[in-house]
Amino acid sequence: MSRVHDMGGRFGDGAIPEKDDAVVFHSEWEARALALNLAAGALGQWNIDMSRHARERLAPKDYANFSYYEKWISGLTDLFVSSGVLSVEDIERAALLAVGDTEARPAELSDKALKAEAVWAGMHAVKPYSREGGAAAFAVGDRVRTATYSHNKNVAGGHTRLPSYAAGRVGTVVMLHGAHVFPDSNAHGLGEAPEPLYAVEFSAADLWEGDAESAADSMVLDLWQSYLSAEV
Amino acid sequence: MPHDHDHPHSLLPSDPELRVKALESILVEKGLVDPDALAELIDTYEHKIGPKNGARVVAKAWSDPEYHARLMTDATAAIAELGFVGRQSEHVVAVENTPEQHNLVVCTLCSCYPWAILGIPPSWYKSDAYRARAVREPRAVLAEFGVELGADQAVRVWDSTAEVRYLVVPMRPEGSAGMSEDDLVELVSRNAMIGTALAGAVA
Repeated sequence: MSRVHDMGGRFGDGAIPEKDDAVVFHSEWEARALALNLAAGALGQWNIDMSRHARERLAPKDYANFSYYEKWISGLTDLFVSSGVLSVEDIERAALLAVGDTEARPAELSDKALKAEAVWAGMHAVKPYSREGGAAAFAVGDRVRTATYSHNKNVAGGHTRLPSYAAGRVGTVVMLHGAHVFPDSNAHGLGEAPEPLYAVEFSAADLWEGDAESAADSMVLDLWQSYLSAEV
Repeated sequence: MPHDHDHPHSLLPSDPELRVKALESILVEKGLVDPDALAELIDTYEHKIGPKNGARVVAKAWSDPEYHARLMTDATAAIAELGFVGRQSEHVVAVENTPEQHNLVVCTLCSCYPWAILGIPPSWYKSDAYRARAVREPRAVLAEFGVELGADQAVRVWDSTAEVRYLVVPMRPEGSAGMSEDDLVELVSRNAMIGTALAGAVA
């Protein structure tokens, strides 16, 4: 089974909020939650797939109830502990520090901590996810079928990027992106295991059957080779 | 491993402001986070990196046929020519609206978005409603945003499931033929580059 974040196609969510909103952060704590995530990432103790998975692992009731940046700060806290950078005792102390129930201990800044003067370059660093290797099994125009079950094949409940709504469906390869880091492996510290990545187009009618708005419409997803098999 | 039994975040105060303060406090105490860097990060994404970058890309593509060709062939490189590179824009593909096709971008699994060219995604893009509905009923979503499709336009929805980011190049509006690149920038809204708006009308 997939997790609560896998919501493409779900019914019941109602109208889309604040469509013309131009405000970047709606409160100071939201801005700090984002900045903490970015500064923490610079410590190099986890990768982007691990941080996505940390948010996906929130209990479904928390995922549904938390606002966006509450998910980020909670996932980040869990990641600090699962990676061993902070202990459960550190988190307990953090709770006391937040309410001023204990005195902070001054610290030397770690060598790895992101410095203000390094922010601009850090955010503009070019670090592609494409890698050498992995021959493409499919070409543009090929018909492919996705795995019938969206799940991580190595780790039960693990990270994967095949949405449930597109599982077990037939589509057409429309772009080859080259080999990219494979999230199902990278999210679990099992190596980058790069694989060919494809943009695959599915007709709305094939995905949604009678619920499709128009047979002319389509959905394109980026899918790794091991999610796909040849449709003959 | 998933460690589903293990959610240390529940040890922190439930009020989000205090939750952030708690984590920040322990990280600063341990020297793992520099408060000056946090301020710099916030300033960067609040004021310096935003949808004006993407609007510049689109306006240049409208104005310069050779740039347009480079953008449609290798958007990552064409966008890098303007200095817009880095986090969450490592691999960019430009998709162009035409009288036959309207493009719409979503991330159903999280909130993937081309930060270097559009900044931090707006709340609506990250909302459950948009993530759930954009793939199943894009026409209803577009109508909710006030986008009227042409009679012959198919909708193509791009679900950002990998590290490839999609930039919608809207159709150049009627009556903009003589406009400068700088003036064209003003016609390109953030939503138009996600696909939930068209380019602005010429005044």
